[in-house]
Amino acid sequence: MSLLDVRGLTIRYGDDTVVDGIDLFVDRGESVGLVGESGSGKSQSALAILGLLPRQAVVSGSVEFDGQQVLGAGADVLDTLRARRIGIVFQDPMQALNPYLRIGKQLRQVPLAHGLADGEDADARVIDMLASVGLPDPERQFRAYPHELSGGMRQRVMLASALIAEPDLLIADEPTTALDVTVQAQILDLLEDLRDNTALLLITHDLGIVAGHCEHTIVLDKGRLVEQGPTTSVFAAPSHAHTRTLLAAALRVDRGEVPAAIDGSTILSVGDAAVDYRDLQAVCDVSFSVREGETVAIVGESGSGKSSLVRAMLGLVPMSAGRVVYAGDALEGPVEDRAQAQRRDLQLVFQDPVSALNPQMRVQAIVEEPLCVHEPRLSAAERQDQVEAMLDKVGLSRKFLRRFPHELSGGQAQRVAIARALILRPKVLVCDEAVAALDGSVRQQVLGVLREVQAETGLSIIFISHDLAVVRSISHRVLVMYLGRLVEVADSAVLFAAPKHPYTRALLDSVPVPDPVVVPKRAPLRGEVPSPANPPVGCVFHPRCPKADGRCSSKVPALRDVDGARVACHHPNG
Amino acid sequence: MSVNRSIRITGTLLLAITIAALVGPWISPHDFLERNVDDLLSSPSVGDMHVFGTDEHGRDLFVRTMVGTRVTLLVAIVASLVSLVIGVTYGAVAGYVGGRVDAAMMRFVDTLYALPFIFFVILLMVTFGQNFLLIFVAIGAINWLDMARIVRGQTLSLREREFVEAARLTGVSTARIIYRHITPNLVGIVVVYVTLTIPQAILVESFLSFLGLGVQAPQTSLGELVNVGVRQMEVASWILLIPATLLALILMCFNFLGDGLRDLFDARHSS
Amino acid sequence: MVHAAPGGPFDDERVLPAHVEANIEAAYNLDDPLPLQFLRYMSGLLQGDLGPSYRYREHTVGDLIGAAFPHSLRLGALAMTLALALGVLAGTVAALRQGTPLDKIVMGFSMTGISVPVFVIAPVLVLLLAVKLQWLPAGWSSAPGMSRYLLPVITLALPQIAYIARLTRASMIDVLGRDFIRTAYAQGLGTAAVVRVHALRPAMLPVLSYMGPAIAAIFTGSVVVEEVFGIPGLGQFFVRGALNRDYTLVLGIVVVYASLIVFLNLLVDILYGAVDPRVRYR
Repeated sequence: MSLLDVRGLTIRYGDDTVVDGIDLFVDRGESVGLVGESGSGKSQSALAILGLLPRQAVVSGSVEFDGQQVLGAGADVLDTLRARRIGIVFQDPMQALNPYLRIGKQLRQVPLAHGLADGEDADARVIDMLASVGLPDPERQFRAYPHELSGGMRQRVMLASALIAEPDLLIADEPTTALDVTVQAQILDLLEDLRDNTALLLITHDLGIVAGHCEHTIVLDKGRLVEQGPTTSVFAAPSHAHTRTLLAAALRVDRGEVPAAIDGSTILSVGDAAVDYRDLQAVCDVSFSVREGETVAIVGESGSGKSSLVRAMLGLVPMSAGRVVYAGDALEGPVEDRAQAQRRDLQLVFQDPVSALNPQMRVQAIVEEPLCVHEPRLSAAERQDQVEAMLDKVGLSRKFLRRFPHELSGGQAQRVAIARALILRPKVLVCDEAVAALDGSVRQQVLGVLREVQAETGLSIIFISHDLAVVRSISHRVLVMYLGRLVEVADSAVLFAAPKHPYTRALLDSVPVPDPVVVPKRAPLRGEVPSPANPPVGCVFHPRCPKADGRCSSKVPALRDVDGARVACHHPNG
Repeated sequence: MSVNRSIRITGTLLLAITIAALVGPWISPHDFLERNVDDLLSSPSVGDMHVFGTDEHGRDLFVRTMVGTRVTLLVAIVASLVSLVIGVTYGAVAGYVGGRVDAAMMRFVDTLYALPFIFFVILLMVTFGQNFLLIFVAIGAINWLDMARIVRGQTLSLREREFVEAARLTGVSTARIIYRHITPNLVGIVVVYVTLTIPQAILVESFLSFLGLGVQAPQTSLGELVNVGVRQMEVASWILLIPATLLALILMCFNFLGDGLRDLFDARHSS
Repeated sequence: MVHAAPGGPFDDERVLPAHVEANIEAAYNLDDPLPLQFLRYMSGLLQGDLGPSYRYREHTVGDLIGAAFPHSLRLGALAMTLALALGVLAGTVAALRQGTPLDKIVMGFSMTGISVPVFVIAPVLVLLLAVKLQWLPAGWSSAPGMSRYLLPVITLALPQIAYIARLTRASMIDVLGRDFIRTAYAQGLGTAAVVRVHALRPAMLPVLSYMGPAIAAIFTGSVVVEEVFGIPGLGQFFVRGALNRDYTLVLGIVVVYASLIVFLNLLVDILYGAVDPRVRYR
């Protein structure tokens, strides 16, 4: 008999069916991955199991846990079930923890509520658990507030909270999506280590995570179960079309064609850039250049300064030091003071497509506005022609012209944003995590649009991303940043085949590979990115670096050529 | 009650009251100043067209109530416009400029918020004498605080929105940004809060009139009528109850209307 | 500050013979230049002397305020306590039973309480309960003891109960919708524990912020209530003073109110920091 037996689970909100009759089984000690794109119903299903859906949800079907029917059960049954038999970890630990209470006080509620310990015993248990999840100085964290901890530490606390009552099943709903990739690797390792015999239901959109950590895979599409089976079978021989689409769209960091390096004239260069905010230095001494028709990726985790760098380059925030040269002319000062000709040539696409579009303007007006500003001599009809041509190019039909942003899906909205950015035929397009919020197949479409435009017009792209698999598929050259500094620059072919900097190597090793045959490596880095307000002395990476020595903690390494790449390290290549 | 229904009901009620206030005194055979010495303090009766009865001077209460309603509504709307202009300007500037200027401006608002402003207004009226214009300005000066806060909050969050950054980058002029991008997104919330400041303005005016510091007899407003009504309470209760009920009704309608509009606005923006 | 206003306290009263006016002005130091008057006032203030009342010639403002203050204080404190207790309770219950008839009734009551001004409620209540039904005493002096507080306190508290109930309900609904409440339920805590441990404190924050304006509103309302019920408190003296152009009295009362408000707001700020840890380290 399965530990968790779900049959015909259906969830409706009014007329909207979000989960349509799915069956799901988890055996004792088994790890099951629940995969799907956004809106597939995976999170809703998990919440339904624990009775945590909002009041408006209409749920039907059967959910049996250890032989007992729990769907629609009373509060007493559910209260005993939660945390004690089934634990759950949510996606965003900052929202999931109570910001007004100390960590210890929140966590001790679990043993207290379930009668497992009382008073001081409960506190002791909590501190033990905090230690098991790898928190340094558990007594101190016990008394701390959530906002005093980093993202990774908060998620460890959530894990502690979910496991402290020793449940039989742990549900993890996108547990690492909000974390940096090196921290994600740590948390996934922790999950493995702590699990023991606890069953795991891991919900994620990331096929790499499923491939590396789940014995069994279930695929959902728009609320329906489309495929399930042992992970190796599902990946090797998917039977459903949707699964095949998902797998095809899943990019890998260890395989796949890498765009060859571009030779050409430099169109944009940045020298010795520094960006300071009031109490911290976001970018320090960064220089790079972009050639015509080239896609240069800037990768880094939180605190790397990549967004600040391009914003300063574009004039949206002040650059404290350094020069920017575009087509022979210096670009300086805030964007409002720059020449119109320069402003139209450099455009930006943001991460969140919906907030990048004025909710009061229709698509027509949004895409048209740059034309109104820069080409006032065009007639309305001429503008209309250009807008329609642009929409065609990004793959949107004319009917979208009359729509408002809130009537668009994420992918559609992002394409509108790209249309707006490209309508002036810029020479350089900056994409700041432009595809991060998009699902696999939509992401492929948008990347396809970018490639096409680049091939046609010789557009240069600066592609900011934390996702190395995406970077690999689209970039000619890669810049790696850490804590505001450039640590490695190389052609994609060189970087992905033979990374020189220990950080680059760690990044590549941390990315989960969507192939069950590849055994996931243990998290290569400990700790997290330090606060930019307090950067380490010497090489900023040295506290986490496996190769660090005395020299690294005192002397800042300069960027120098090593085997076809430029690296800032005292021990490149190990 | 669904949002749209409550908006429709309160809106209709308010419209009806306004029309009655404007038209009423015309269709009644009595004048609002006319004293009828034979008919003091008579209770409501349809016979001699004293639909609401008469007051202690023999003046028809219906007409006086309708005239009073006119005054109350007039003061409320004008004062609300005053506080709208002050509040929106203050809030938009604070929100758009941001930084230390914004912090200072909001500190100022916070301090004022906790003071019983009405006392200072009374103090001002005491020293400068009673002036109809002064009433408007005074009431407007009390009510702009909420509007400023709301507008500032909205402007602040709008300024950070990426579509504003995108506009800056594209080369859209600052003027056009404010006009095309920020203002349309402010209109909704300003409309909501104006409908909520109107009842506050009415309250202040009525309060002042009740104390004898606002509208002076023989001019009247609903507050003044209640003042009179209290004095005649034990003898002729309708003189208190009729204006009081009407006042409460108007206030409730505006409050429900504002709430309904706010819900509508929230729903549209969070979808 | 407000001293720099045109007109004197004796201006629109009876027209006094010029020399008498001059004498009186000299006695009250009004013929001194304004800054000197201000300084004199301030120094007097620091010594606890609020100056003589212009109307009640035999008493100083300090005396008058001293006599009136305890009445107003008792009235205001009782009203505030009642308002907080009932308002928070009603709001929490309404939030937990959102959408049910109970919720709608509570909201209906509170909307009425907010919309109807104090000066309408007070006389109507007196009319109903004291005159027509004779349940409670109408006047102040007619019944010594605690029962005479009942009607005035309820009247004064009513609009605040309404507003606090509404505020609490909205805030509680908002807090109950947050993710960390879902985590608390996922930990197996029952509704009572979730509200007590997790929801109550953050839900109280907007109510706490409202305490400043609430106190101001109680002061304002007390003016009406004291008038209607004939309670010899600060509010009554304020109105008299205003109507009589009694500068020092009015000013004195405003000073007392303002200081009280500043002090109480400070208290509220401290309390806010106690509840929200993120504010503390500013």
